[in-house]
Amino acid sequence: MPHTAIEAQAEDGGSASKPQRIIKLGKTSDDIDKKSTNRRVKDVEICVPIVYGTIAFYLGRKASESQSHKWTVYVRGATNEDLGAVIKHVVFQLHPSFNNPTRIVESPPFELSECGWGEFEIGISLFFHSDVCDKQLDLYHHLKLYPEDESGPQSTKKPVVVESYNEIVFPDPSECFFARVQNHPAVLVPRLPAGFSLPAPVPLENMNENGRGDTKDHPLSQWFMNFSEADELLKLAAARQQVQAHIVKLRRQLSAIDGMPQPLKPASSYECT
Amino acid sequence: MVSREVYALTGGLAPLMPSIEVSQLKRRPPSDEKITWQWLPFTSSARKDDLQLYHWARVVNGVPPTGDYSFAKYNKSVDVIRYTDEEYEKYLTDPTWTKEETDQLFDFCERFDLRFIIIADRFPTSRTVEELKDRYYSVSRAILIARAPSPGEVAGHPLVKEPYNVSQETERKRALSMVLSQTKHQERKDAEVIAEAKRIAESRMAAQGVEEPDLPVTSDIGPENAEKAIGHGDTISPSNVHVPSAAVAPSTSILADNTSTLASLRMLWVYLRTYALEQMVQAASSSAGLRTIKRVEQTLQDLGVNLKPKVPTKAVCAEHLELRKEILTLLNLQKQLQYKEAEGSSFRDGSYGDMPGTPKRSLRAADQDRTFVPDTISFGGERVGKREQKRKGPGRVAETPSSPAHKRPRKLKASDL
Repeated sequence: MPHTAIEAQAEDGGSASKPQRIIKLGKTSDDIDKKSTNRRVKDVEICVPIVYGTIAFYLGRKASESQSHKWTVYVRGATNEDLGAVIKHVVFQLHPSFNNPTRIVESPPFELSECGWGEFEIGISLFFHSDVCDKQLDLYHHLKLYPEDESGPQSTKKPVVVESYNEIVFPDPSECFFARVQNHPAVLVPRLPAGFSLPAPVPLENMNENGRGDTKDHPLSQWFMNFSEADELLKLAAARQQVQAHIVKLRRQLSAIDGMPQPLKPASSYECT
Repeated sequence: MVSREVYALTGGLAPLMPSIEVSQLKRRPPSDEKITWQWLPFTSSARKDDLQLYHWARVVNGVPPTGDYSFAKYNKSVDVIRYTDEEYEKYLTDPTWTKEETDQLFDFCERFDLRFIIIADRFPTSRTVEELKDRYYSVSRAILIARAPSPGEVAGHPLVKEPYNVSQETERKRALSMVLSQTKHQERKDAEVIAEAKRIAESRMAAQGVEEPDLPVTSDIGPENAEKAIGHGDTISPSNVHVPSAAVAPSTSILADNTSTLASLRMLWVYLRTYALEQMVQAASSSAGLRTIKRVEQTLQDLGVNLKPKVPTKAVCAEHLELRKEILTLLNLQKQLQYKEAEGSSFRDGSYGDMPGTPKRSLRAADQDRTFVPDTISFGGERVGKREQKRKGPGRVAETPSSPAHKRPRKLKASDL
């Protein structure tokens, strides 16, 4: 992520000091006057697990040359909770052949549906609330319309689903943000030591005026993929064990060749003293 | 006087030091004294009431012990300076404290000997320990200065010389509690950063040479400072770590790259977990050539692990990174073994004079990742030319390695392990 706001973070450690904020283009001066949102919670990170992707249906009989598929691109919470507390709006950048290819979705669920025939890369830009982060986060997703298995006619019932799991990390969250989302189901917040005082949470304005922002009962939710870290962790642990065992074997072999009592450790350059 | 047993033990020689008779060790009262123990009343200067206490006292020849109660000297208390009302009005008023409160505070301080935790607990209005300390110390300081005939007289007094600093104290305690509540994982990471910073500073020192022997080595890396810097998430500390690691020669360890990557990640406002992993992987592989990286990826595939995790949570990414590092280590070891065996067999052939000694080995280790190492040492002719050019080490002439002693380093297969 390109980033030039180093100056803005040059605090001198005293919690009483407020860092100067660099005015960015397009940013209103209102943001700078916000009360004391500049104080950061140090050494903790706030993590928002998300899933983003596309679901595409073949239109079958209703299909035309230029509109053979109906697809939806979206960003949802990994557990289908409402992301509106963190994300202010999302901008989907479509292929220039679409009318108004820059589509802004102002409230959750952050999704967009369209009809078309072509596969292309969709740009997904996440914009956060002012107490969360000034910088946008850009994601990219390739729209897939045609199934891997090209045999036979396409089904109108079974869509082509491509989802990616990722986590948005805020390494240095503001106290305001922290207080606000401490108990929010969509956000992973570490526990602070006892006695740590945060300002009282200030709820955002205009939250969820249009009903629910979560995707638990979303019409497409039956197609959502399940992402479980357990499997991957298991596989990784098993792989590491194998590699470690092999390393031990090789070290023994090396020391046998040397005839030295201690095996030569080439990894000394990888370890800290 | 030596006992018979000791004499025997020492082999019939007298010990150099005069021996002590054990039976002499007990202190015996001089036999002309008559000792009795009596249950007697006593007084203590430490008590201000007239409570009459009794205890067993050692009476010598009918004379009871004299003097104050022996434990009275331990009854110490703090000299809390008390101000007069006049002094309060003149020097000690404060917008955030009433006179009542201040009076109460001083009562408590006297009563509880400046045990501020206890004072804070009992204080009627809610005040933090730091606020109470601040008020007490500033009042005492002001009184001291006001009462002194001249400022110079009290300039050396600790209260005057080092005034209590509220914000520093608050911040210090906050940082302490942060450190205390760190997870083991975070603790390890921080230890790594500190150790690495120290190493970098020291290697910088070494690089600068002997001309400046009095350069302060750990001035900015002292554990307290480093802890503070890390605790505050200061940009100063990460950039200190960052710059030297760039300046150090190619022997910069992978750990230095890791910590500077971590530091630069922390400086971003927001980032994706996958981005962080990519950066860390890049840092860990920075000293590896493209070929090695490809081999790492091949190994991952062989082990059935996704090159990019499908569910990149924090834990998964950490494991993935560690796995990659371990594979790098493995590949390095394989190369080492390969070289060793090459050396061993050529030495046996007697084709050249130099010994595979330790220095060469370490040279190899440093060069390892940069030299071209064929996955399979071919026994045919085509590879020979390449090997000649790029392989550093004993000048091995064109002939193919005839010795079957060469083990072909195979690609790591899952079934091997």
